[in-house]
Amino acid sequence: MSAATPMTIEEFLAQDERKELLRFSTAGSVDDGKSTLIGRLLYDSKGVYEDQIASVAKASVNQSAGSFDFALLTDGLRAEREQGITIDVAYRYFATARRKFIIADTPGHEQYTRNMATGASTADLAIVLVDARNGVLPQSRRHAYIAALLGIPHLVVCVNKMDLVEFRQDVFERICEDFAAFAAKLDLKDVLYIPISALLGDNVVSPSARTPYYRGPSLLEHLETAPAGRRYNTADFRFPVQYVLRPNLDFRGYAGQVASGSVQVGDPIMVLPSGRLSRVSSIVTYDGGLAEAYPPLSVALCLEHELDISRGDMLVHPSSVPYVSRRFEAMMVWMNATPLEVDKTYLVKHTTHQVKANIRAIRHRVDVNTLEHVPAVRLELNEIGAVLVETVKPLYFDAYERNRVTGAFILIDPMTNETVGAGMIRGAHGHEPPRKQREAIEFEFTRVTPVERYARAGHRPAVVWMAGDAEIAFVAERKLFDRGCLVHVLEEAAQGEGIARVAAALAESGLLVLCVAPETAGEQAAATRQAAGAERFLTKDYREHAGEPEQAADDLVRTLEEAGFLPVTSFGAGEGI
Amino acid sequence: MKLDSRTVSHLRALEAESIHIFREVAAEFANPVLLYSVGKDSSTLVRLAQKAFYPGPIPFPLLHIDTSYKFKEMIEFRDRFTAQIGARLIVYKNEKALADGANPIRLGTQKCCGLLKTRGLLDGLAAGGYDAAFGGARREEEKSRAKERVYSFRDKFGQWDPKNQRPELWNLYNGRIDRGETIRVFPLSNWTEIDIWHYIHLEQIPVVPLYFAKEREMIVRGNLLIPVEQDFVRLPGEKPQWVMCRMRSIGCSPCSGAIRSEADTVPKIIEEMIHARRSERENRVIDYDEEGSMEIKKREGYF
Repeated sequence: MSAATPMTIEEFLAQDERKELLRFSTAGSVDDGKSTLIGRLLYDSKGVYEDQIASVAKASVNQSAGSFDFALLTDGLRAEREQGITIDVAYRYFATARRKFIIADTPGHEQYTRNMATGASTADLAIVLVDARNGVLPQSRRHAYIAALLGIPHLVVCVNKMDLVEFRQDVFERICEDFAAFAAKLDLKDVLYIPISALLGDNVVSPSARTPYYRGPSLLEHLETAPAGRRYNTADFRFPVQYVLRPNLDFRGYAGQVASGSVQVGDPIMVLPSGRLSRVSSIVTYDGGLAEAYPPLSVALCLEHELDISRGDMLVHPSSVPYVSRRFEAMMVWMNATPLEVDKTYLVKHTTHQVKANIRAIRHRVDVNTLEHVPAVRLELNEIGAVLVETVKPLYFDAYERNRVTGAFILIDPMTNETVGAGMIRGAHGHEPPRKQREAIEFEFTRVTPVERYARAGHRPAVVWMAGDAEIAFVAERKLFDRGCLVHVLEEAAQGEGIARVAAALAESGLLVLCVAPETAGEQAAATRQAAGAERFLTKDYREHAGEPEQAADDLVRTLEEAGFLPVTSFGAGEGI
Repeated sequence: MKLDSRTVSHLRALEAESIHIFREVAAEFANPVLLYSVGKDSSTLVRLAQKAFYPGPIPFPLLHIDTSYKFKEMIEFRDRFTAQIGARLIVYKNEKALADGANPIRLGTQKCCGLLKTRGLLDGLAAGGYDAAFGGARREEEKSRAKERVYSFRDKFGQWDPKNQRPELWNLYNGRIDRGETIRVFPLSNWTEIDIWHYIHLEQIPVVPLYFAKEREMIVRGNLLIPVEQDFVRLPGEKPQWVMCRMRSIGCSPCSGAIRSEADTVPKIIEEMIHARRSERENRVIDYDEEGSMEIKKREGYF
């Protein structure tokens, strides 16, 4: 991009087109030199436009001396210029030959924890600044804690103002040790320490000769190579339905952004909360159909069956189902001057779902400086605590630790309409009460849902319309029963006009129903298919297998497995429901 | 940089984010509108809206606040483009101020903008009863916009309070408002100017021909090239000249400066940007009125 590397515009565009996006947040205390560092990154990467520099030169503010004040490039609003501090989250943009960057620049003041959390919520990486002269202050620890709380996978500790301590190795190393001792308590896995001088540029863009003891990458080099997009979970397919596209009677598409995992045409999917099953028939975009969709793509999914699906529902893979519950434990960052109150009615916005909710209990408040748990009856602005949330309708969610999209929610005050809190649903690792205990309380006030029936049965209901010898059905019934399934055979003799209603009712109650019939098609088969629902209706023809019931029964069980009705492995199905 | 098949380029990531925002607003608001300014950012905005609701139509109208000082080429482009894509276009003018003779020379650029753009916009929004209005503003454009939310809350008078904006985390937008309040929505918040042009290039999005260089009749005043579309911009003694030039940003003709340029294709425009690196707003006379002037206008309801 710079004049030093001449390239044609076509080469530039080809390179630019393949660039990834890295989002990172910066946090530092008032005098850590954060604005100077950002100004340096923007300036040295030539991201600052000439006339913006011209406008800084004529800005009418008394600020620190020096030929050029990098901080003025980033401090935007009038109020801040008067106070000389940044007071809100500001977003900055710059690019290098390798990547595009979005910086969420957040202030370090104690009262602005909420801004730090805001900036961290979308970041792949966080930079924490430490003043070499002051060492690790409570603020530095707070920044690291919030980065960990918001699930940022990579942390960079920039020990700044090294020029003011003669670039001494012992100063740098002592700060690293102090910080590492704290970081160990936070389960932060990837922490890099860099000695820098934002003012003079040491180790910011290129390695400094004045820190021979430091052999790691410069800050910019690290930003260019740290894995991007790590904030997405790749294992569990989650697709919150945002909008139903229904331009005409022939098209029904469910629009949304893939939150995690991936989905391919032909994949089985389960609809929450109804628990109905179907398959993806196509993945539609303006630019043509896709074979596969993954985060963060915004697409529309069409399904094989006509199901009643609306905004707030979630499509998931049947082998990996999220928690479905009205109660969950969460960490809460309080963002409003009016404190959090137990039993007051709030609104939870979680994925595309908005429901009324109460905070039933505050388990404890976290002292962000010491990480100690402190008893609390309310949470004040910028305080962080563990709470029990109860919603009016069930949410479908994962632990935030596992999934940063389906584990996150905001709390809205329905009277003022303000966003008052940010929540992270806690994981099952140590925080979550054991499953049995949860089951006892989760659904106490609601009707039994299909999802609960599946959880109890360990499989999903199906109606198999089977042509062939009844013995095959009974062998299959035994095999399924021994696996712990709820299963029942409807023999030919038992069949009559009412078969459709009986099979549907049994399926409704969660059973696998095996109907023995003379043929796979016909009036009764069609009526049963309609009553039970096409997505849980299968036909099998075993008329050729009269002498080999074992083989046919195995095939039937395998068919149910492959169609997603039976859990193939112990993972997923029913887990957490 | 190695890219595996599931790596998403920055433009696709930005596109997906913008589409998500469009769909959220369409789902949660009763009566949204897209503020269509005819410029390149608006063209991009419209394409993203098409993508968000494909194969359906864009489920809200496009609103153009016409100050009557827009370039002829803009109006022609506007009418052709919106007809082609089958969008519903609504044009609003502050007829009362125009009848009273509002123009930038008589009132000064600040007052003129206040009446024809800001007032026109607020009245146009009120006339349609819109509860959400999409705009093409980008955070990178100008310092005061770096902190703008994606959902920017406006009170009953359309005012913006920089100290009282809702925290915005993850992609969870709070669209709760009371009667009379509105939300301005900025789906392009995280796009840079180069991103916009690059996307226009890749997607072959139609833009107003004024962006491309050709010989145009201009008044040369110091470093500024001022189009002669409206007679009154001419000072005594000034004579128009033919200059090879183009517009870097497009607004009202009396207040839009042009730059000397040979760039007559999108890649050439991008190339010119990379070399020149001048902010697009440099040539908008209005931003020089006062240090921090954009912030004052925003507080009053200007985009």
